[in-house]
Amino acid sequence: MGKKPDQKNHPKVVYPSPGEDKKNIPENASIGPGTLLETPIKRRKFFALVIVGWSVFFGAIAGFLTLMARFMFPNVLFEPEMTFKVGYPDDYKIRQVDTRWKAKYGIWIVRNEEYIYALSTVCTHLGCTPNWLENEHKFKCPCHGSGYKISGINFEGPAPRPLERFRIVLAEDGQIRIDKTKKFQQEKGQWTDPESYLAV
Amino acid sequence: MARASKEKKNLLAPLTESQIFRSIFRTGIPVTRRQRMLSILNNIFLHLHPVRIPKHAVKIKYVWCMGGLSFFLFLTLTISGILLMFYYRPTVEYAYNDIIDLKEQVPFGVMREIHRWGAHLMVITVWLHMFRVFMTGSYKSPREFNWCIGVVLLTLTLLLSFTGYLLPWDQLAIWAITVGTNMARATPFMGHEGPGAALLSIGDVNLVHAGSDIRFALLGGRFVGDAALLRFYVLHCIAIPVIIVIFMAIHFWRIRKDGGVSRPL
Repeated sequence: MGKKPDQKNHPKVVYPSPGEDKKNIPENASIGPGTLLETPIKRRKFFALVIVGWSVFFGAIAGFLTLMARFMFPNVLFEPEMTFKVGYPDDYKIRQVDTRWKAKYGIWIVRNEEYIYALSTVCTHLGCTPNWLENEHKFKCPCHGSGYKISGINFEGPAPRPLERFRIVLAEDGQIRIDKTKKFQQEKGQWTDPESYLAV
Repeated sequence: MARASKEKKNLLAPLTESQIFRSIFRTGIPVTRRQRMLSILNNIFLHLHPVRIPKHAVKIKYVWCMGGLSFFLFLTLTISGILLMFYYRPTVEYAYNDIIDLKEQVPFGVMREIHRWGAHLMVITVWLHMFRVFMTGSYKSPREFNWCIGVVLLTLTLLLSFTGYLLPWDQLAIWAITVGTNMARATPFMGHEGPGAALLSIGDVNLVHAGSDIRFALLGGRFVGDAALLRFYVLHCIAIPVIIVIFMAIHFWRIRKDGGVSRPL
């Protein structure tokens, strides 16, 4: 087999013991006076260096991954406004589902004998937009057939719960103001909250 | 006969013995068995495959070749995808019309269809490949790890299909992604409508809500809009392809190291 590769090229390293004559050190020694490594690295210092080095490395990697994850959540959204006015209460007829704001704001304005409320146009099954079928007097979702009554309560299809209602109040100038940042869910008993309907 | 071959050799000699030729083709035109082997081993593209393969590895009825077909389809999709990128703009204003223009205003408008058919076919071939690996028992020891890599590759393929589906920005696209991401909001802990989301809260304030769950990170917003289109474009064209290439490299490396396709141990 022959000599091991290590033995071929590396000079024999001599550690001078304290007091030993320094003339015994060969000229091509990698440590010793006059070379880069003046004194041999002690074992504890070596481990300390290694541990600190790798800790800093992995810490930096962990830090960057955290930065990367936070980067994916924007602080500012460019989405349509969530609070808006939709006209006066007299613009809406009794016992009618009004679809004029469906495309722009995603709401139906419904008025019965006692009050007005704003239904969300998002189906509670998987998020499609249902349609108001005047002849059959119900909301029907085209995706999987969820059906809701005029109040928003689900009665057929895969919808698990009724349509959500948005906060509806009267603005200072008498117009109806809808606030989509606040929603009211019937199954949680929130439809009794006075802000979920507008008594007119 | 000998004279004819000698003449042929002399004709090509100025070419095959030139410095440029020998720099490109280091082994030269292979004549000996060793040269034939080195021509494969020294080539960066060819050495993906072994120099010699056992006879049973080419039995189509046994191996089906679905893995290789999947990789071929992936290359086709990459090239056709890059070509599509020259004309497609991932904004709400332009996306739909750019896809129409790719078909009608650009020569070889069939490129969009090639990309789409390739995508469907790749999903089919990876499933068939998985089925074949199962049927031939090629998941057994020591190949278990490679099977797991394969499952990851399958998931990444499906994610590529999912993200690419949104890009035409038609009704099919918007509602498919709406439904898909609405399912994401029901993820345990990471989705704001999933079990455990309420547990992660500081006092009264939910840490995981509609503006901070995994669905929000995926869409870049609260519903499928401009931000979602751009994110899905980046995911589809850069992020997931880079990850899938890394996993493919591991997958192919493991196959070679474990002895090659269908090799009994």
